[in-house]
Amino acid sequence: MTRLRFHKSLDELKEKLLVVAGMAEQSIQRAVEAYRTRDLSICDLVDRGEMAINRLEREIDQMALDLLAMEQPMAIDLRFILAVIKINADIERVGDSAVNIIERVRELQAYPVCDLPIDIPRMADLAAAMVRKALQSFIEADARMADSVLAMDDSVDKLNETIHYALLNVMRDTPQYTPQALGALVIARSLERVADHATNIAEDVIFWVQGYDVRHKTSLGNGAGR
Amino acid sequence: MGVGIEVKNLNAWYGNNHTLQDINLHIPANQATALIGPSGCGKSTFVRCLNRMHETNPIAKVEGSVHIGDLDVYNDASPVEIRRRVGMVFQRPNPFPTMSIYDNVASGLRLNGFRNRRVLDEVVERSLKHAALWDEVKDDLKKKSGASLSGGQQQRLCIARALAVDPEVLLMDEPASALDPVSTAKIEDLIFQLKSQYTIVIVTHNMQQAARVAERTGFFLSGKLVEFDTTHKIFTNPGDKRTEDYITGRFG
Repeated sequence: MTRLRFHKSLDELKEKLLVVAGMAEQSIQRAVEAYRTRDLSICDLVDRGEMAINRLEREIDQMALDLLAMEQPMAIDLRFILAVIKINADIERVGDSAVNIIERVRELQAYPVCDLPIDIPRMADLAAAMVRKALQSFIEADARMADSVLAMDDSVDKLNETIHYALLNVMRDTPQYTPQALGALVIARSLERVADHATNIAEDVIFWVQGYDVRHKTSLGNGAGR
Repeated sequence: MGVGIEVKNLNAWYGNNHTLQDINLHIPANQATALIGPSGCGKSTFVRCLNRMHETNPIAKVEGSVHIGDLDVYNDASPVEIRRRVGMVFQRPNPFPTMSIYDNVASGLRLNGFRNRRVLDEVVERSLKHAALWDEVKDDLKKKSGASLSGGQQQRLCIARALAVDPEVLLMDEPASALDPVSTAKIEDLIFQLKSQYTIVIVTHNMQQAARVAERTGFFLSGKLVEFDTTHKIFTNPGDKRTEDYITGRFG
């Protein structure tokens, strides 16, 4: 009863998801680079990437739907396909966050560059590291590694909070920089969302590998809070 | 009402072949319990031990105990008494071909000495209604033979025949594997309705069917009960790697 064809299809689904995940991660890096350098040509790259991400999102959902309908998967295979569908949606939203960032970059072209007391690239590095680690845990089917992603979300949240208050001070003390501060505020919020999507991906990996739903808990162990 | 089944240290042999090894499990009353596993794993032998059909083969042997409610199957009951309390439905519908629909359903009662016409009429109607067949055959009860019905109807006729003697347990060995999807759905709906009144044990190769109809599922492999748990657990996150490998098609 071995289902070689079905398991080959699962491998193909995984490969396709990793392709789109790589594209979304690259979009975030490009969007933050566009913010740092105010380079509109990079914004165009992110736009083109977004179209490809959306197309792959639909293809992956269709493949997953076909496998559910035609193969009636069970147990770990069923959990895998459910996880892929959810991770796929999170990855597409990571792409959307990149688009949000470049839209702010385009708006900010109308204003002079100013030195804000915040570190957006650092926050972007942290969020991107979470996405990378969540995807690595998906590649290796490693629930422990996925669990470690959940703990990283707190530092991104704290950084976002710090940036939020720093930018409020900027707006109060130097109102002429309010548009730049508002743009940075939206970008920080987008990066915080990216970290949330990485957390969701990690939770889905744990569900796939171990069969536990850890959403809205602190980690692999029990306990409320997240 | 259905009763629970308690199986302790059950072993069965066909000649020298040790087909069931140390099976222990509790099948709850008024639930459907599915038994799955590859061909030759012992699941059919197991259900045939529950109503002492296994021992009808001269080279077969059984050891251990089976209690159906308060009935000690291997010590204080005759096979006839057990088969009245434990009905069985097989893979291929097997109505008595020369008997009418009515006589098929009434056969068990007549065998047990019932002759009262009014009682027989009532039981035949009730059993056919329980088996969801009454509306389709009520006008031809004595005109048509059991063999004239479609495969799905024949299987429901066999279920009605089993129900007519008022059993507590219904054993079903691949009851829908020879039926088309519509007939299969009717049998599954029927299992769903019947389990409020009977304890149902169903052997099936169709894992989706097990997932649809049963509260509990047991996985047999090479004569051993590898895992017995809620159907939800077995099909979403089984505890034993062998169960997972089987239901995901990684061996078999």
